[in-house]
Amino acid sequence: MTNSPMYDLECINIAKSFGSIRAVDDVSFDIPSGSFFSILGPSGCGKTTLMRMIAGFEEPSAGDIKIKGRSVLGTPPNKRNVKMVFQHLALFPMMNVYENIAYGLRCNGVSNTEIKRKVHDVLERIALPDVADREIHQLSGGQKQRIAIARCMVLDPDVLLLDEPLGALDLKLREAMKIELKLLQHQFNTTFIYITHDQSEALVMSDHVAIMNQGQFEQIGKPQELYHHPKTAFVAGFVGDSNRWSGKVKSSDGSGGKVQTEQGLEMAFTAAGGLKIPEGAGVDIFVRPEFIHAVRQTDAESASATGDNRMEGIVDSLLFNGANSRVLVRGPQGELIEADVTLTGDDDIKPGENVYLFWSSRQAMCFASRGAA
Amino acid sequence: MLRFPGGGLMLQKDFKRLAMILLFAPFALWIVLLVVLPHIGMIRLSLREKVAPRVYEFGFANYLDFVNEPIYWNTLLRTGSMSLLVTALALLIGFPIAYYIAKLASNRTRGALFLICLIPLWVSDLIRAFGWILLLRETGVVSSFLQWSGIVDQPVEFLYNDVTVIVGLVYTVMLFMIVPLVSTLDGMDNSMIEAGYNLGGNGFTVLRRIIIPYAMPGIVSGCIVVFMLTAGSYLTPILLGGKNSSWFTEQIYNQFITRFNWEAGAAFGILLLLFTSTVIWLGLKLSGQTLANTVAKS
Repeated sequence: MTNSPMYDLECINIAKSFGSIRAVDDVSFDIPSGSFFSILGPSGCGKTTLMRMIAGFEEPSAGDIKIKGRSVLGTPPNKRNVKMVFQHLALFPMMNVYENIAYGLRCNGVSNTEIKRKVHDVLERIALPDVADREIHQLSGGQKQRIAIARCMVLDPDVLLLDEPLGALDLKLREAMKIELKLLQHQFNTTFIYITHDQSEALVMSDHVAIMNQGQFEQIGKPQELYHHPKTAFVAGFVGDSNRWSGKVKSSDGSGGKVQTEQGLEMAFTAAGGLKIPEGAGVDIFVRPEFIHAVRQTDAESASATGDNRMEGIVDSLLFNGANSRVLVRGPQGELIEADVTLTGDDDIKPGENVYLFWSSRQAMCFASRGAA
Repeated sequence: MLRFPGGGLMLQKDFKRLAMILLFAPFALWIVLLVVLPHIGMIRLSLREKVAPRVYEFGFANYLDFVNEPIYWNTLLRTGSMSLLVTALALLIGFPIAYYIAKLASNRTRGALFLICLIPLWVSDLIRAFGWILLLRETGVVSSFLQWSGIVDQPVEFLYNDVTVIVGLVYTVMLFMIVPLVSTLDGMDNSMIEAGYNLGGNGFTVLRRIIIPYAMPGIVSGCIVVFMLTAGSYLTPILLGGKNSSWFTEQIYNQFITRFNWEAGAAFGILLLLFTSTVIWLGLKLSGQTLANTVAKS
């Protein structure tokens, strides 16, 4: 199983310490061939260290890294068939586009005619056939991005590592590049490992996402799984937006029950991640804004909104953002709750109105608090 | 009373112009008085021929003298080639030091190392040359040590040869090579070097194709400064090389002071300037750099 060629990359219990700090702590995962895998985590969680170990710039303190089934421990970075797109791309400013792409081929001793064919081929594939003679500073941000990827892909790597390469782009371009990266990955059919702290980048592009926190993987899964069925409170809070309450379980049948929050609200919940939560346990409850329906109190009888949790509140403010608009509702204990609303521009909910908030206990994800007595 | 619309604006404009002139004045004075005027004087002086006591006429005799007397242009060529050698040695020794300071040393040691490079500059050229003399003369430290340890049985004179002159010059100009190199290498993103390895390059390829091309402006800038300083230096070659040094600046000094032949001295000065400028121009052409992106930057 461990030597199965199905996996382009396997990391087995790898760890890295800098002095007394454990940057990466016993991480294991394997990535099937040709998939887009993201490592998502807040800054300082160890994801860059993990990537540098895969590329060979750091030696792991423990564990093993296998590429195509073969251990690469002790192999210097220039001998590993793992290429990397750096955060600031690291294109060589003293060479033009052609020479940048040809650099790796020249290092491998490829003949000049072959280099020419390969460079033009890869430029064709990234849809920039005419830029070969340009200097790097003449390229736009998106073009530089694609050249940086082409420079790696021309070498046919087993795995391509990308270290937050979209960070420096403006928002519009970033959105466009997300789709483009995904398409490029499909086209080259190479395993991409993408490191980011931006969850939308990870969710949009990836086949699988690993959530990393404090040097450890919290959960690995498909984007939908992570979003809808987080296994830990950290994942629930980090991926997507959530309303979050802390409270104590009042009654429980193990997988669900009633909880009273610190503010004194009562709500029904479902234990997330298949956990068993006993009565009296301290818990954190997460409810995503899109699962909370805000309905005017006067319309409540006719509304079809249902859910076993109901709360009264007053609309505090409206956060208009087109299709992603939200209302902030002040609940009975004065806390603010976010709920998604559809604004039609006609007879919408306005600040100051009394509303009911409904949500289903199935959408109230509950985790035993960490460090709770 | 007449008032101009926008008179305040005019006033403000005048102030700006005045400030501009005041700021510019010292620079203009310096350029005109210390650079342009002396050189015009030198050129005029060099184009005079002495036909009788206190009688001069226009002519190229001083320059023709230079061409016709092999010892003059041999000295100039010797000075030029030895200066190039000093420049090359300073680059070879300075580059690894600069690379270590800029890329490998931790932030704390970097400051300390830079300071160590600077310290010799606090002492004047003259004192530093005497330092070398103390070490290298017949009764100096090195010679005494060699006798004491039994390697040689009589005093050895290390002074007054080309090797000593070159060693002394390299030592004097080293800092001017290291500083521009450190500043360009410092601006180089480490990930550029890592990318060089990641894409399959070995240490030599990365050095040749990435680090050196990136540092080229610093290299050229350091070389220009070092070459100029060396070719124009006087103290070190005279003190360490003695009569054998045959440095061109010594010829100029002799013409002006010893032989009181200001015309020939001026012509030699102009020739040295033309010669070094040509060498630098050739160097810039060969390395594909311009003055604007090398010396002007660092």
